[in-house]
Amino acid sequence: MHISEGVLTAPVLASGAALSVVGLAIGLKKLDYERLPQTAILAAGFFVASLVHVPIGPAKAHLVLNGLLGLLLGWSAFPAIFVGLVLQAVLFQYGGLTSLGVNTFSMAFPGLVAWWLFGRLISRGGAVSAAASFGAGFLSVLFSALIVAAALALSGEQFITAAELIVVAHLPIMVVEGLLTAAIVSFLSRVRPALLANGKAG
Amino acid sequence: MHLETFAHGDSLIHALDPRAKLLAALLFSVVVGISTTSSVLWAGLCLAVVLLLAAKLPWLALLKRALAVNAFVVFLWLVLPWRLEVGPGLAWNLVFDPRGLHLAGAVTIKANAIIMILIALLGTCPINNLFHALAHLHAPRKLVHLFLFFYRYLHVLHREYHRLNLAMRARGFRPGNNAHTYRTYAQLAGMVLVKSYDRAERVYQAMLCRGFSGEYWLLDHFAWKRRDSMFLSTFVMLMAGLAALGIWGSPWN
Repeated sequence: MHISEGVLTAPVLASGAALSVVGLAIGLKKLDYERLPQTAILAAGFFVASLVHVPIGPAKAHLVLNGLLGLLLGWSAFPAIFVGLVLQAVLFQYGGLTSLGVNTFSMAFPGLVAWWLFGRLISRGGAVSAAASFGAGFLSVLFSALIVAAALALSGEQFITAAELIVVAHLPIMVVEGLLTAAIVSFLSRVRPALLANGKAG
Repeated sequence: MHLETFAHGDSLIHALDPRAKLLAALLFSVVVGISTTSSVLWAGLCLAVVLLLAAKLPWLALLKRALAVNAFVVFLWLVLPWRLEVGPGLAWNLVFDPRGLHLAGAVTIKANAIIMILIALLGTCPINNLFHALAHLHAPRKLVHLFLFFYRYLHVLHREYHRLNLAMRARGFRPGNNAHTYRTYAQLAGMVLVKSYDRAERVYQAMLCRGFSGEYWLLDHFAWKRRDSMFLSTFVMLMAGLAALGIWGSPWN
């Protein structure tokens, strides 16, 4: 869900950049050198995991996983997502340099919100963590789609139809993302519970 | 996973200092990206084409890349000229708005000019050189470290992912719209994360054993040559010209 270059207007790009710079600055400040290799390698893991394409009805969609990334990394979600997006821009030209701010914010901020809301609940076990992780996956994709739609709509009234379509197209993805996030959290709680405790220290 | 499709070549562009190319690409993205003046967009597109030709890249790979990144542009061409109007009683009709086509045209030129510049200037640097260039340009140290680690282990983890995928296929896994598929994919994604977490632990311990103290020494230093100065100063002047054109030129209508 990247907005490509050349679509958004200067004020929207500048606001996105400013918000992301704040998020990046806080994220980097809270990240000490001890946890830096771990954050980077986990971010790479998320990048690879998002290559998983899940069937939704007749179509297929790749995982977003920004909710889970927020749950596990907290404030480090900003640098982790920024690094992935820069690489995509440089290697594949998906998204670009000026839209990096908006794209980083639209992915990382919902993850951060998911961490605030659900971070404490996911290691409780049972129905509580299942519901919390479903909520984290569902809401962060919803929130991301809304931010992208808002960025488009603020760039001109002609983009409003496109913005509405993007939100509607993401409705089934939200449900799948919620289910998958819940299933991944349950898997991690059985296999590597230490990973889930990570976000709380954030 | 070979990602650096355009990084190696013997053109003049490949030989330029990564710092010069990075600064030029940033400047171009901002000047052309926020412009709404038609002459600026066309001039930017021409400059991008010239640089792309100068980089002497393989045509087929370029064409494939261009098609892939224009998906969003195609979406805009389909959506922008139409507006959905919902009247009373949920009666709706599509209204055609020709201004949308103009806008889609502007976006197409802008997006493609920037894509071409990114390929010509950043795509022609090996990624590790680009990160070192960032470090030499005084980007935050932790951010540069993140980039270096991320990219180093991206390949390793992608191989792991590929192996897990192969193992699933070997056991006869067929994706469908069912709970089994979702559970299996969740375990696949979860396993990739577990593997990255475990690897991170081992990597960090190995680094500590070798005396890591928060300093990641840079080994690549670049030699700034006269052609780099000439390239960057010419580029900055061209961008200044475009910016001036943007202020006094006629807007895209």
